[in-house]
Amino acid sequence: MPPSHAAADTTIDTGPGTGTDAPRRSLVRLGTSAMSWLQAAPLALVLGLFLIFPILTIVVVSFWDYSEFALIPDFIFDNYADLLTSRVTWSIFASTLGYAIAAWILTLGIGFTVAYFLAFHVRSLTWQIVLFLVCTIPFWTSNVIRMISWIPVLGRNGLVNTGLMRLGLIDQPLEFLLFSDFAVILAFVHLYTLFMVVPIFNSMMRIDRSLLEAAADQGASAWRTLWAVIVPLSRPGIVIGSIFVVTLVMGDFITVRLMSGGQGASVGVMMSNEISLLQYPAAAADAVVLLLVVLVMVFGMLRAVDIRREL
Amino acid sequence: MSTVTDTTGAGSPAAPSATDSGPSRRGLIKGAAALAGVAAGSGALGGFPTIWAQNIKTVTLRQFGTGVSNLNAVAEKVKEDLGFTLQLTALDSDAVAQRAVTQPQSYDIADIEYWICKKVFPAGVMQPMDVARITNYDKIVPLFTTGKLTPDSTIAQGTAPHTVGFVDSETSTTFADAPTGWMTLIPTIYNADTLGIRPDLTKAVSSWADLLDPAYKGKASILNIPSIGIMDAAMVAEAMGEVTYADKGNMTQDEIDQTIALMIKAKRDGQFRAFWKSFDESVNLMASGEVVIQSMWSPAVAAVRAKGIPCKYQPLKEGYRAWGGGIGLAKHLTGLERDAAYEYINWYLSGWVGAYLLRQGYYSACPSTAKLFMSDDEWGYWMQGEAAEADILSPDGTVMEQAGARRDGGSFEERMGAVACWNSVMDENRYMIRKWNEFIAA
Repeated sequence: MPPSHAAADTTIDTGPGTGTDAPRRSLVRLGTSAMSWLQAAPLALVLGLFLIFPILTIVVVSFWDYSEFALIPDFIFDNYADLLTSRVTWSIFASTLGYAIAAWILTLGIGFTVAYFLAFHVRSLTWQIVLFLVCTIPFWTSNVIRMISWIPVLGRNGLVNTGLMRLGLIDQPLEFLLFSDFAVILAFVHLYTLFMVVPIFNSMMRIDRSLLEAAADQGASAWRTLWAVIVPLSRPGIVIGSIFVVTLVMGDFITVRLMSGGQGASVGVMMSNEISLLQYPAAAADAVVLLLVVLVMVFGMLRAVDIRREL
Repeated sequence: MSTVTDTTGAGSPAAPSATDSGPSRRGLIKGAAALAGVAAGSGALGGFPTIWAQNIKTVTLRQFGTGVSNLNAVAEKVKEDLGFTLQLTALDSDAVAQRAVTQPQSYDIADIEYWICKKVFPAGVMQPMDVARITNYDKIVPLFTTGKLTPDSTIAQGTAPHTVGFVDSETSTTFADAPTGWMTLIPTIYNADTLGIRPDLTKAVSSWADLLDPAYKGKASILNIPSIGIMDAAMVAEAMGEVTYADKGNMTQDEIDQTIALMIKAKRDGQFRAFWKSFDESVNLMASGEVVIQSMWSPAVAAVRAKGIPCKYQPLKEGYRAWGGGIGLAKHLTGLERDAAYEYINWYLSGWVGAYLLRQGYYSACPSTAKLFMSDDEWGYWMQGEAAEADILSPDGTVMEQAGARRDGGSFEERMGAVACWNSVMDENRYMIRKWNEFIAA
């Protein structure tokens, strides 16, 4: 166990409740305990103000009633009843999950490959850093710009269609390229693959190279080394990257709206529609349900790997 | 990712443009929206001692509304002509409606659409205007007073402006059936909307029903703003003979169900290429050729044409869907500020603004005063549907139409006389929005 955790455990053990010691030591321990509280206070304050409080507000508002132009403080379950009994909600959650799963599989595949190449095939640290920075170049522009740039590429008269038609490969423009689920998932992969690359690369760099030599000495093939050594040891990175990608996709609305031409549905789109129509309580109820779903997914992933132990 | 939200929504805040906002709704919204924050906080106005504020030039009036009529050029001209300061805030129409009711202290002048007025005025946050103090009252187009453009025209469905244009007394919040001495809103800007088409990529389009013509499969679009989109959908459904409505502006649940069912079927059949929500989206869809027929706004058509791409604001045999806005006074306005507001309103109707709006393709409440600020050629092109003798310029001087062009749909009387329905808010609004979301999610 890393020293930091040991220290944390000790602090908990030495709380004021552990009675029978000498008074002087307990005073010291009280001091230590107060110190810990003080040290934790700034972060607790920030999280309390900017995370816990807003979420609590959303939970409270989700039970309010609303009219066309006003929020009415109340305690009703109508928002949840409307939400959970509507067929539309379920289909929207299903399509959001579909996007998340597709984006997750693709970003994982691509992200793992890129990280593997950077970590094990690029030998010099300088080049690793250079190539890693190259990966981040797209992030120098806003993600809306990156998304919108796809439109002239994929459109009916866009680069891809024009190119393919000039080459004589197709007679009619491929309509599915833009304003479709294909376009949405493509944009997700484009936007979020780096979130997979970074943590996986980080995990891979911590793998002791002698383990790979040992595997080779034992006669393992490259594939077997990959599967039996590298993948298990990269798991923390994979899980962290997956949490990033899944939570980003589950909460997204702008990618879905732009790339599906407003025809696709995700929970985020549903919420943004409701907010623009001033139905804040309904949107808050959506947000609470989405938060629960995403939390369940994240806990599921964390159960697969104990990140704290492996970091 | 809230930054993402902000950079694309229709009413998104952005930096105010230093140059003239130009004719596009997009530019206007971008330019004026940044003032939102400025106006939001300052509730100090009413608190100044009147002695201190004797000079009207120290008055600041805070106006908020939709981007379409919150023009920086107007604020500059107010400063020049009247001497006091007009602070503008532009929001999207949903936010406008909410703010008008929930933060009545945050504005002095509300620039709202008539259908918003129907909801906002009864909330008691505004005060009616004494028509005796409005010098050009008798020059206001009768569309806004009696509802009839000409004595024999029929009144369109929906929230027709005259139905929410008057109240009985200074303190009343219920709308009067006929014109009284107390007006809720002074009309500022209005227009008749129809479908935009690419004439080079469509055959003859003459009916709203053509939006769902299988010939345009995968090449049609409709706007995804429920309160307006449902109206366009209803125009289509009625034109196809699929649904009959008692009042398209106030549908029953059954009528909503039938309309949405028709739209969902069309969507599943792949009729729509995309749905648009903001002005620039509609321009890009049309200009790129992704869409050849769609719901559109007049300046968007002009923006497509400005790129050298043919685009037509096609008049249709069933008529137009019209909308209109006006300015009204906040309840808390008194004394000098109210005097300044009346002065502003009288100035607004005196012609300069009217000419400015007409040059953007909208209509003015007092065309006869606007005429004084326009050339005969401009008047002929915009109001009378005549061929332009010289190039038609936008207010910022760019060429909008070449000499010889005629306005789509013709003259003022032809266009505003053929309104089938006004933008409105339905009694079943909440139900309609739920069904509309089903359509979008289908």
